[in-house]
Amino acid sequence: MVLVVLGAVAQAGGPWLIGRAIDRFILQGDAAGLARTMMFLLAVYALGTVASRGQVFGIGSVAQRLLASLRARIFDRLQHLPLRFFDRRPIGDLMSRVTNDVDTLNQLFSQGLTQLLGSIFSLVGILVAMLVLQWNLALACFAIIPIMVLTTALFARRARQAFRLTRETVGDVSAGLQEDIVGVREAQAFNRTERNIARFRERNAANRDANVQAVAITSAFSPAIDVLSTLATALVIGYGGYLVFAGSISVGVLTAFLIYVQQFFRPVQLASQFYTQAQSALAGAERIYNILDEEPEPPDPPDARKVGGIEGRVTFGHVTFAYEPGRPVLRDVDFEIEPGQTVALVGPTGAGKTTIASLIPRFYDATEGAVGIDGRDVREYARKDLRENIGIVLQESFLFSGTIADNIGYGRLGASREEIEAAAGTVDAHGFISELPDGYDTPLGEGGGSLSQGQRQLLSFARAVLTDPRILILDEATSNIDTRTEKVIQNALATLLKGRTSVVIAHRLSTIRNADLILAVRDGRIVERGTHDELLALGGLYADLYRRQFREPVRS
Amino acid sequence: MADGERDGERNAGPGPLRRALGYLRSYKRDSIGAALALMLVSGANLVAPLLVGRAIDTGIAPRRADVLAYVVAGLAAVALARGLFTFLQGYLAERASQGVAYDLRDALFGQMERLSFSYYDRVQTGQLVQRLTNDVEQIRSFAGSGVVQLANAVVMLIGAAALLFYLDWRLALVALAVVPAIALLLVRFVRLIRPLFGQVQQTLGRLNTVLQEDLSGVRVIRAFAREDYETARYKAVNDELLGRNLQTVRVFANNFPFVFLLANLGTLAIVWFGGWQVISGRLSIGELVAFNTLLGFMLFPILTIGFLSANISRAGASAARVFEILDAPLEVVDKPDASPLPLLRCRVEFDDVSFRYPGSEREILRGVSFAVEPGSTVAILGTTGSGKSTLVNLLPRFYDATGGAVRLDGHDVRDVTLSSLRAQIGMVLQEARLFSGTVRDNVAFGKPDATDEEVRVAARAAQADGFIRGLSDGYETVIGERGVGLSGGQRQRIAIARALLVDPRLLILDDSTSAVDAETEAAIQETLDRLMREKHRTVFVIAQRISTVRDADLILVLDEGAVGAMGTHEELRSTSELYNEILGSQIVDEPVAAAGGDG
Repeated sequence: MVLVVLGAVAQAGGPWLIGRAIDRFILQGDAAGLARTMMFLLAVYALGTVASRGQVFGIGSVAQRLLASLRARIFDRLQHLPLRFFDRRPIGDLMSRVTNDVDTLNQLFSQGLTQLLGSIFSLVGILVAMLVLQWNLALACFAIIPIMVLTTALFARRARQAFRLTRETVGDVSAGLQEDIVGVREAQAFNRTERNIARFRERNAANRDANVQAVAITSAFSPAIDVLSTLATALVIGYGGYLVFAGSISVGVLTAFLIYVQQFFRPVQLASQFYTQAQSALAGAERIYNILDEEPEPPDPPDARKVGGIEGRVTFGHVTFAYEPGRPVLRDVDFEIEPGQTVALVGPTGAGKTTIASLIPRFYDATEGAVGIDGRDVREYARKDLRENIGIVLQESFLFSGTIADNIGYGRLGASREEIEAAAGTVDAHGFISELPDGYDTPLGEGGGSLSQGQRQLLSFARAVLTDPRILILDEATSNIDTRTEKVIQNALATLLKGRTSVVIAHRLSTIRNADLILAVRDGRIVERGTHDELLALGGLYADLYRRQFREPVRS
Repeated sequence: MADGERDGERNAGPGPLRRALGYLRSYKRDSIGAALALMLVSGANLVAPLLVGRAIDTGIAPRRADVLAYVVAGLAAVALARGLFTFLQGYLAERASQGVAYDLRDALFGQMERLSFSYYDRVQTGQLVQRLTNDVEQIRSFAGSGVVQLANAVVMLIGAAALLFYLDWRLALVALAVVPAIALLLVRFVRLIRPLFGQVQQTLGRLNTVLQEDLSGVRVIRAFAREDYETARYKAVNDELLGRNLQTVRVFANNFPFVFLLANLGTLAIVWFGGWQVISGRLSIGELVAFNTLLGFMLFPILTIGFLSANISRAGASAARVFEILDAPLEVVDKPDASPLPLLRCRVEFDDVSFRYPGSEREILRGVSFAVEPGSTVAILGTTGSGKSTLVNLLPRFYDATGGAVRLDGHDVRDVTLSSLRAQIGMVLQEARLFSGTVRDNVAFGKPDATDEEVRVAARAAQADGFIRGLSDGYETVIGERGVGLSGGQRQRIAIARALLVDPRLLILDDSTSAVDAETEAAIQETLDRLMREKHRTVFVIAQRISTVRDADLILVLDEGAVGAMGTHEELRSTSELYNEILGSQIVDEPVAAAGGDG
């Protein structure tokens, strides 16, 4: 702050000294006086340099820190938003908010703010100097200011609207882009490339047009202000000339005044330019705050329980769940899994099996009824703690960029190489990994690169094994693994499952025959429950599913 | 990818940037118009202080009101002209630059749509998106006003210097003494800032990759309770970015104030030396004031060039990254003499086919040979990673065989046009990816102008009609990018309907019913069997379940990229140990119970 004031004093002091030099010394022919003033001017300039250096650095670093913390805040918020937030939002649009929209703020800060803050203080300095020098000339000059303010306000409103459109269209471009790139294989398979290109072209053009339109407004703005300020200069010369004629001011005063006028309007111009530019950033900020204002997952209760040392009894007490209000996906689901038991969920697609499993680690919270672990509502536990005790292998295996070892190690940070290899061995992945060029250190592209689906699934399997969870959830975890490999895993799993509570969803009924309890689910309700033999004897849904899989008996 | 980043930096220089600026050629009128307008603005800027100087000398000092009035009117006119041209300059430059950005994005996207699968096996989508958005934006911001400003700065510099010398050459020499010092300072500045900008861009790219992964993998992250880990990972890169940005700020702070100081010293020198000359009567006071203003006009372009040089290096690095994609070889393209593939009966022949990824030694497929007659169903079995998907991916040329040939009705797939080939192949990929839009849009993906009836028929065949009609808005239900709200099996069924809708001559099902329950699968299979036999279509199916493969005309058992065994179910049952092993659990253990269930 001191620096900013110093800088302003230096900026205002310069012209004043020059005006003084012209009036007192040059016009009087006083060379020695001129020299004295010039030495003084030198000092003022030096001071100004030091001040502006501090200013540039100070404001610049504050702005950068602000942006970094904004990015961190958004990211942090994204970590704590409920999953349903992500269910319906294109990744590309979210990306665009964190990158492009934050970038508009960056531009504003790095280009505008430093200049603006400095110039506002100079503005005050110059204003005072002008009034002291010649108050009536100064007032004449200020008459133009209200017009400027009005013009700025008018432009800013229109610019804001135009920029909102540019932010939206750029969001559309990146959302579409993201989806098209991820789905490029489908596009090629279905001869859709030309059509996709045409669609992208439309979005691309919409963004271009929105930008051009926004620029039409902003580029009309700064000349308008410029015209006003030049008019002010003309006014000063006209009125000032008259005053000189009338003998009320000297030529030197007028000269100094002219320099002031130019210096005065530069910050004004900057400020109004900044204001317009800020509209773009504000339009971006609106989109950022859309995320930040989103309701996060309800916080863990303050007296959250430790899950450590749980037995692993899982209970569903009359659970009803709806993604959208009024359209329940699960209805009155009620069952209990004893510690160490394996429960299998079977049923037609869309029956709600994955949803049931998602409620245990609190991906979603039950709408009615309660899910409990060891007799306590899962909502009483801290999420992180809860999830660390649950191992999950999802249907779609997601791998991160990084090495194979990194990806397996994701299950337990800080796991040693031996542990990672052991986990891979458990699920029969050690073989194919060792055949890769760099073995466990082979880097994977996003999504697993050239690994096959089955291989990727084995890796996510190893990842879950490494977690050593009390409760294990396998959601279609083996659907892409061939039967031979599955058999190997199955043997390993048998050992692994021992002593752990597990929930298994699978379509291949051979996978689940040995489960302690089989729940057949249809339309969000449990319609049958029992062991394999019991359900076969029942001759209902399960028996039907089972028979169809082995449609015709194979006689060997 | 990280390699690309490094390449990008290495290539950064005038080459790619010049190439990027070549895109301005399509917007010649706008660019030249902008440059002309800017020069007129600069001209007006030069005239204004001369007028002010004149006003003082010939109007105010000799007290002539008429001259003063003229000058004031002149100033107003200059102001209006300047306003008009400033607007034109800003508007035209922006229009040209937006055009360049549009063209670059268009070219990039077209290229991305055509790059083969093997390219996408290697790159990260986050990086591609970054190049298409952020990097193009960097180029754009320079290509528009940057180029125009640069041209203007040079003209201004020369113009102002000429005027200074014209007014008073001795004073001009004194004033220009500071110019070399400023130039030196700026050169130093550019040298410091250029690598920093490169690093900032690269770090930003990494930051976005973390973000991208975090968003796509959100379920896995929640499942493993790794939110804190992800936050820490993001924070590390974010902090690194902050560090680099602060370094940039420091370089600015350490250089620009000194540039201003030097400029001020120029003013000081002029007032002092010029004042001395006025005292000795060799210079008028008006001239001195005009001179001082003109010096400002000379220093300003120097500063502009300094600022722009930073932008140039930034845009150069971005251009290199953009052209890296545009120059990536398209591995799968139409041959120049490619002919459209006639309507297939669809005899499929693999002739000693081998395949390996570019740059890799390992053969994914080795000497695969077989042939099937039109209307056959081929089932492909094999352990995880044995090359099943790769084999079927050679049919629509997602990859090209590195050895041997794939022929359809005797045509090598590489000799026909891609669009005619792919138009006759329906494919259900392993990972059923749905797009944002309605269910109908997704089913009609390959044939957007399909009638509602066609869509419904395809959905019914894929056993999807029932659940689709149960959705809140039926076929018009909007589903998200990841098809969320639908289960894995439902997504697969939409993907199957999608493939059936295009009425393919060759249908490929890549493990596409893995997430569908047995009951539904059986129904799908019945319909498919009937449809394909009725129409006499060839089908390739990769599957794990015995019920799927049992009725195939030919079963290929892949073993580490080679055909381990082939034949019908009965043949393989008695001859192939591998076959029995792969299907082992299902064959050996099941029949008794299954037979019991079947009655």
